[in-house]
Amino acid sequence: MQLLPILSTLRHHKLTAALLMLQVALTCAIVCNVVFMVANRVQQVSLRTGLVESELSMVTVEGITKGENPQVRHATDLVALRAIPGVQAVVAVDSLPLSHNESSYGTCDSQRSFNQAMAVYSMAGIVGCVNTTVYSGSQGELAALGLKLVAGRDFRSGEYLPAKRGWVFAGVPSAIISRALAARLYPGRGALGQSLYMGNHPPMRIVGVVDTLLRPRLHTPGTNQLSVLVPSLPGDNTVIYVLRSAPADRGRVLKAAVATLSRLDPDRLIPAKGTRTYAQLRRGYFQRDTTMIGLLIASALGLLFVTALGIAGLANFWVQQRTRSIGIRRAVGATRGDILRYFQAENFLIVSAGVVLGVLLAVGLNLLLMRYYELPRLPLWYLPVGALASWVLGQLSVLSPALRASRVPPVVATRSA
Amino acid sequence: MQTQGPTMFSYYLNLALRSLRRTPVLTALMVLAIGLGIGASMTMLTVLHVMTDDPMPGRSGHLYTPHLDPLPIRFKAIDIAGDPASNLTWPDAMALLQAHRAPRQAAMAGGELLVRPQRTGARPFHADGRYATADFFPMFGVPFERGHGWSAADDAARARVAVLSDSFSRQLLGSVDTVGKTVRLGDHDFQVIGVTSDWQPSPMFYVDASAKRYSDGDLFFIPLSTAVDLKLDVNGNFSGWAKDHAATRMVSPTTSWLQFWVRLDTPAQVAGYRQFLVDYSAQQKALGRFQRPPTNARLYGLMDWLAHENLVPSDVRLQLWLALGFLLVCMINIVALLLAKFLRRSDEIGVRRALGARRRDIFLQLGVESAAIGVAGGVLGLLIAQLGLWSIRRRPDDYAHLAQMNLPMLFGTLALAVVASLLAGLLPAWRACSVAPALQLKTQ
Repeated sequence: MQLLPILSTLRHHKLTAALLMLQVALTCAIVCNVVFMVANRVQQVSLRTGLVESELSMVTVEGITKGENPQVRHATDLVALRAIPGVQAVVAVDSLPLSHNESSYGTCDSQRSFNQAMAVYSMAGIVGCVNTTVYSGSQGELAALGLKLVAGRDFRSGEYLPAKRGWVFAGVPSAIISRALAARLYPGRGALGQSLYMGNHPPMRIVGVVDTLLRPRLHTPGTNQLSVLVPSLPGDNTVIYVLRSAPADRGRVLKAAVATLSRLDPDRLIPAKGTRTYAQLRRGYFQRDTTMIGLLIASALGLLFVTALGIAGLANFWVQQRTRSIGIRRAVGATRGDILRYFQAENFLIVSAGVVLGVLLAVGLNLLLMRYYELPRLPLWYLPVGALASWVLGQLSVLSPALRASRVPPVVATRSA
Repeated sequence: MQTQGPTMFSYYLNLALRSLRRTPVLTALMVLAIGLGIGASMTMLTVLHVMTDDPMPGRSGHLYTPHLDPLPIRFKAIDIAGDPASNLTWPDAMALLQAHRAPRQAAMAGGELLVRPQRTGARPFHADGRYATADFFPMFGVPFERGHGWSAADDAARARVAVLSDSFSRQLLGSVDTVGKTVRLGDHDFQVIGVTSDWQPSPMFYVDASAKRYSDGDLFFIPLSTAVDLKLDVNGNFSGWAKDHAATRMVSPTTSWLQFWVRLDTPAQVAGYRQFLVDYSAQQKALGRFQRPPTNARLYGLMDWLAHENLVPSDVRLQLWLALGFLLVCMINIVALLLAKFLRRSDEIGVRRALGARRRDIFLQLGVESAAIGVAGGVLGLLIAQLGLWSIRRRPDDYAHLAQMNLPMLFGTLALAVVASLLAGLLPAWRACSVAPALQLKTQ
């Protein structure tokens, strides 16, 4: 294939070709970044919480009776909830992964680093200290939520202490931490048996490590799993009862639970939005991300569609414009394949120029997004994939006009224009 | 200029429509491209517009919020917890209030109280309202249906009085004629002294950073001093930077939780208040309470404060950029297509030029053709934007219900579409009308 004749033809259409190139470049740059954002969001949306999500439902209850002992109330409720047919386990917890309701504490690996952090009222920049989520819950939380122990043991019944009103937990002797927190606080040391310094409480002994336990609110990928479970009975008026049942039973169990709780004490609040399955909670948490994923995909498809139509439209024009010269070329011996390849090569040249510019723009756009939207760096392999996709898109869009051109009969050359 | 009359315009329009009809697929493609680009952009521009709108037209220019920096030198804020210095402590708020350096000033905080309706069968619920000082009502111009707000004397006496919103008054007591009646909020009785018309600035500029800015307005108002006296539940951030007990944190000098607004009418008053804040900070520093430079004290105008608070979620801004990027690609697409289309008609243009049409006439004719595409694209864009706004209204976010297009935005959409298509047609039309008549005839 000779490129020279193509280049000399393109010189006659400099402006149009340049515009097409620019369009391909912008599309390539935007779509590369959009696909990257989609990948990031999908990763976020599919984060594992560590719970057996499909078997859990929750009822949030707020007691409004003055002077009531919340732990006594919770214990009574738990007994009644356990009696509902189909319920395999029930616990009272103060918060759950992705529930938004977060109690976070500065947590340190030693008294020394804890004192350092206390001196500046902040964990930021102190070695051996991190900000963690603390989850408290009644006995049997690990089993009910389906959390997987990878080391150590569950809490013993003697370790549980009631939390005071307004506090997440009491001065308990032990804690179970997530694997991510273990790696962060005690790298290479083994977390079991270590002491955990938190708040104004005596240090807690780490008795177990769970595989995964996501926080109530997501922050950054490095800190999303920094969580601590403590053997403390929730002491606030507001509590979440988590019910474990077969997935098919969830709707019925939820209804029965609300009815049971209302019957035990009608004078309390059971907000409708706090009564739902864990799947609903998860969907609600990621609603914005799923919307964004939809929008991103739609706009990427829209861009590709518009660009493909632009390429096809322009190629169509050029074919019509050059019908006579195509006829002449055919008359002097060019085969159909020659004509087809001519238009394909022309498209390849324009798209290639667009891809070169597009790759640069993609990196630039990514730098902007990193600066203003905390997006990570675009992996380099996106660029060749984006280039390949652009070429494929170009060739597919030019195929039909090029085929039409190749069907121009040589006899056209003899007709007047 | 005699050829530029309405007859020539209708002639150009006729030529344009004829030319567009000759290439229906291409025309449809261009209209679709501009419709999609405009529709997506206008959807997001409308959302941005309603989110950054002036909540108090006419008043916002005179409302300011003072901010002090009482934090210890070594304090480092955790970014997830917010900046403790964005609210005031009780002692500072009271000092600013008593100094009385502005024509109007008020301290306030959000409150949440449990309400047990008297009607049988009605379940208890939480109601959101505001604890404020007396100037809140005249300063913000809160409209009253019945009665009035409270006085500074009521503030000083920690009076058990309340102002209810129209809808809350109806919900609790069955009518708006409730002045003089007693209402039970939380665990205390309050005497109703006023009922406001339903009043809700959007965004709610005076609330704490943790509150929802675009959701429902305040249902009740209670004097701040009464709320502190009775230790009523506060709906907002308490940020402390020293040891504090839950029982005393409301009046602690090291816990911030109050919002503060002042009305300043002249530039001199504004400058004077700025100086007062610096002087106050210097005085507190001399007393050993503040540690940081007194010049850290700030006075924000209402709109500046909203800009500082950055109310537009980053997702919404990202969606706007995405829409604008899409519009840009669509426009480049149209420029290329129009260029090819116009240049292909060089022969026709050559003939018209040879018959005496001036460059200007050709340019105008092609411009009319571009504008026709723009008008059609604008109408399509309007439909797409309505669809887009409908989908945004279905989002669970608090700003969702605001996503409505008003008349200016509607005309703006059409104008933007026509401008965009005219811009896209500019270059192709210029290239096409520079065709030399003789040359074009020769090649025939």
